[in-house]
Amino acid sequence: MAVSSSMRLRAEGAVARRQWLSRASRYLFLGATLCGLAVLALLMFITLREGLERLDWDFLVNYPSRFPEQAGIRPALLGTIWVVGVTMILAVPIAVGTAIWIEEFAPRNGFLSFVKLNLSNLAGVPSIIYGILGLAVFVRFYSLGPVILAGSLTLALMIIPMTVIASQEAIRQVPPSQRDGALALGATRWQAVRHNVLPSAMPGIMTGIILALSRAAGETAAIIMIGGFTFLQFSPSFLTPVQSLTDAFTILPIQIYGWTIDPREAFRQNAAAAIIVLMVGVMVLNIFAAVIRERFRPS
Amino acid sequence: MKEAELRETEDRLQAAAAPLASLADPTPGSELGAIRVPDGEAVFELSDVGVWYGNKHAISGINMQIPVRKVTALIGPSGCGKSTLLRCLNRMNDLIPGARIEGEINYHGTDIYAKKVDPVEVRRRIGMVFQKPNPFPKSIRDNVTFGAKVNRIKGTPDEIAERALRQAALWEEVKNDLSKSGLALSGGQQQRLCIARALAVQPDVILMDEPCSALDPIATLKIEDLIRELTKEYTIIIVTHNMQQAARVSDNTAFLLAQEHGVNGQLIEYGPTNELFTNPRDKRTEDYITGRFG
Repeated sequence: MAVSSSMRLRAEGAVARRQWLSRASRYLFLGATLCGLAVLALLMFITLREGLERLDWDFLVNYPSRFPEQAGIRPALLGTIWVVGVTMILAVPIAVGTAIWIEEFAPRNGFLSFVKLNLSNLAGVPSIIYGILGLAVFVRFYSLGPVILAGSLTLALMIIPMTVIASQEAIRQVPPSQRDGALALGATRWQAVRHNVLPSAMPGIMTGIILALSRAAGETAAIIMIGGFTFLQFSPSFLTPVQSLTDAFTILPIQIYGWTIDPREAFRQNAAAAIIVLMVGVMVLNIFAAVIRERFRPS
Repeated sequence: MKEAELRETEDRLQAAAAPLASLADPTPGSELGAIRVPDGEAVFELSDVGVWYGNKHAISGINMQIPVRKVTALIGPSGCGKSTLLRCLNRMNDLIPGARIEGEINYHGTDIYAKKVDPVEVRRRIGMVFQKPNPFPKSIRDNVTFGAKVNRIKGTPDEIAERALRQAALWEEVKNDLSKSGLALSGGQQQRLCIARALAVQPDVILMDEPCSALDPIATLKIEDLIRELTKEYTIIIVTHNMQQAARVSDNTAFLLAQEHGVNGQLIEYGPTNELFTNPRDKRTEDYITGRFG
């Protein structure tokens, strides 16, 4: 068919309508993205305006005080670092081990389905329930008291299910041809996991771990339940780690909560400043996750 | 001339023995003499081998002997079970949930599915090259030495890598780039890397599952030359879709067929490649190689 000179290939009729819809949808979805971003930006702006001037070195290293201008977050900051650190040590081996078992070793039977179903359910349990469990089991039954170890055990229980699920996802992304390739060379199952599956899955696993840890770092309900304090005049020391595990503690979210319920305006400023510290901390974790993802990405 | 005469005599002897061999084949309707016993020492002896995937009977009643230091090709239309059969020979089917093997596969006289046989030992001796090149996301050197490392084979990584890469006719192309990622190579090079990787474990048999199906004709020719070269030292069993390839590289050819959809695959004809292609004994083999179906 010859192309007539009047043929200009402009979208007309149904094609024009489809194209219009396609262009419009782009702005619709941009709008959806901006909704979330706008709220976040507003939140950050208000927090920064309120708390930035209060933020200085003294604020980080001082103990809480009934005088707002002398109060600091030393116990809460160190408490958070301790609790999250110990949680990581407790949760990561169990979670990654579980994910490896489920994906690489478990026989495909009813027991496995049962385990998987329960993991998904546990990942959806509200954190206050973990707090009640931690209070009943670690604080009371094992008589640990409201100490760092009890808090970490509780948070570990809370983040294990989601870490397992994220690690499973990462392991499942490794193409079966990689496993088969290793096994066909006479590698054992464990060697294939150790040398082929885990290195490829590592970025995903690390991302899952760090996202779970940032959730643990911001967790309030469970720690309030097991009895984190709001007013401490000592902080856990890195020099006596065993002692520190059994110290009473507080964490940033509880410190923030404690200050926001105080009617005095100056304490609200303290709360805002503490929020900034927590936000920066979580952001550092997330940047760390991104760097690791890039570092481990196969060339 | 003498050799040709000898061969003819042997063939006639085999033809005489063939009805005996086919007695072991319980399948009704299989023609007498279509499944021949090849010359020489056997690496594998398969008796009544069948595979189930769950409730699906993938292949059944396979009886054949695979000779040492020869290329044996498995051909047949899609779904006839040739890859399934291949994966039985180094117990890769063990990895598929729900797979069950029946019958006996003797490797140098030992049943590889016997209780005390370890699949890792089997796979170390019987290497495998897959349809799609699957180099690890590691350097070329680490790719080649991986199997040697996990199997604790003696030698420095560089020695092992060089020897295997030379055997796989890849050394000249990569000798200056051993630290480069294996994924950076072309498809044909990747496949030769996978062959080198298998050779580095010092296997006895190499199974190849359509090794050229993802490659261009030139890369395919290189792999085929390599297969001919390797057969001096190794026994090679190759699954291929490509009948010309089977004709070019193999000494013996086995034709498998799943007669109708949903019916398990069976060994229809097995014999010297040139005879099977020029003078098939079974009507179905003839139909397949002349392109009437498949």
